Amino acid sequence: MNPSNGASPPASFDALIARPSPWLSGQGPHADLVLSTRIRLARNLHSVPFTHRARDEQLQGVLLSVAGAAQRSRAFENGLLLRMTEMSPIERQILVERHLVSHELGDGVKPRGIMIAADESLSLMINEEDHLRLQAMTPGFQLAEAWSRADAADDELDQSLDFAFSEEIGYLTSCPTNAGTGLRASVLIHLPALVLVEEIQKVLKSIMEVGLNVRGLYGEHSEVMGNLFQISNQTTLGRSERESIERLERVTREIIETEERARERMMRDARVQIEDKVWRAYGTLRYCRSIHSREVINLCSAVRLGVALSMPGLCHLRVINELLVLTQPAHLQRLFGGDLSPGERNVYRAQIVRERLASAERETEA
Amino acid sequence: MVCQVCGKNPATVHFTEIHDNKMSEIHVCERCAEEKGLHAASKKHKFDIADLLANMVDGMTTTDEERVGHVQCPRCGMVYSGFKETGRLGCAECYTAFQFQLRPLLRRIHGDTRHRGKVPTRDGEGVTRSRQIHRLHDELQRAVEREEFEHAAGIRDEIKRLESGTPSAPPAGEKPQ
Ligand SMILES: [Zn+2]
Ligand SMILES: [Zn+2]
Repeated sequence: MNPSNGASPPASFDALIARPSPWLSGQGPHADLVLSTRIRLARNLHSVPFTHRARDEQLQGVLLSVAGAAQRSRAFENGLLLRMTEMSPIERQILVERHLVSHELGDGVKPRGIMIAADESLSLMINEEDHLRLQAMTPGFQLAEAWSRADAADDELDQSLDFAFSEEIGYLTSCPTNAGTGLRASVLIHLPALVLVEEIQKVLKSIMEVGLNVRGLYGEHSEVMGNLFQISNQTTLGRSERESIERLERVTREIIETEERARERMMRDARVQIEDKVWRAYGTLRYCRSIHSREVINLCSAVRLGVALSMPGLCHLRVINELLVLTQPAHLQRLFGGDLSPGERNVYRAQIVRERLASAERETEA
Repeated sequence: MVCQVCGKNPATVHFTEIHDNKMSEIHVCERCAEEKGLHAASKKHKFDIADLLANMVDGMTTTDEERVGHVQCPRCGMVYSGFKETGRLGCAECYTAFQFQLRPLLRRIHGDTRHRGKVPTRDGEGVTRSRQIHRLHDELQRAVEREEFEHAAGIRDEIKRLESGTPSAPPAGEKPQ
């Protein structure tokens, strides 16, 4: 079976970033609420100290053997291997903005790398906090699908790598918060109605009470922007992967229902105000001349809500999703082809946003 | 309103962060926002564990703590006090070297100390033995809790024997201590 959905394999970094990340496609179940689903598995090689305590030669060895194992696997067939030391800070930041790489891997000093599957649905960070951080990413709400991809790739890698594992504690990780399954399952979910009707605090509290974790768009300790929340499992011991995933699935379904009910109520009680908010946001994005990335994300939230509520005349979800990543500083500078000061960035960002929306409008007219 | 970071410039950027299970509004000026960046405090991580460790009421005396702090992993040389500072273990072997300190910590973090997830497919050999060792560890923990130190020492020897792969222990009671 060929897992790549028709996409030709990226031959280089340039080819990879020339196309939008597939997880931004706006497709998949509940894509109007859940932008993406991720499964991450942390693994370490038994014979080498954890990344922060290993010598560079040892890490070099880890990079070679893990990349080798990945290249032999079907999961990463025709994949692309990138070495952090060979990339510029901007290029590394681009991978961070695409959610392929963490900040830690993005610093690029040690022998670190990332293996990216041909269709970008799987990636493997090498020598991050743990020797291996395998990640499966799907658009929309697809926990089972993401898990089966990550699980299968993990099984394949396990054939040629000797993972640190103890029967009592499970997979051994550099930080004891990940020990056991090494699993982090997460969904990136858009909850504008719950924020508007001021029920979000209650919902967040209930999420945390059942032992799940809520964070902002860019992970640990990052801020909440554009009403986007990342919900994930908190613990990795005492529960199987399937149990952890099923619990996240159940809670996410409840949140989706709560958000949908809040949207219905909002549209019943304040249709005009909501439509006004959505279209003012669209108007600002469509005609702005200087704009901060945070404002783009917040305005996109309103437009996303409008699209989800099937307001006629707005663009496709994919366009909104892509703006989210495209307007981040590194993507922007790459697109511009040079360094930009924060002020210049705001001006160039506004231009990109206007052009994208204009071309989306032409597409819908055609 | 003035910026919460520099306390000088007017706060024009307002955003929300989740900290300690609470959402809070942050108000900063344009410059501090730019410096703080989108990817704020990803470095905070290690302190979470340090905080957790510091807050753990374990009733240890200072000398106990010092002794425990000096426990060292025979493979990577990591000392326990080093782990307490960074929140990161040095190697897979550290989990064995610091098992008595780690167990309450794992319980605190996960509410459990037992893995119930998938197992490496290649792990066939040694599983029975490790299951045995695993049971002995539980027994050891209980013995230590009941302050049956002689019994505990016996179990510890048994674990060592199993881990080194030496066959068959002499019946309990026959060994010295
Ligand atoms: Zn300031
Ligand atoms: Zn060690």
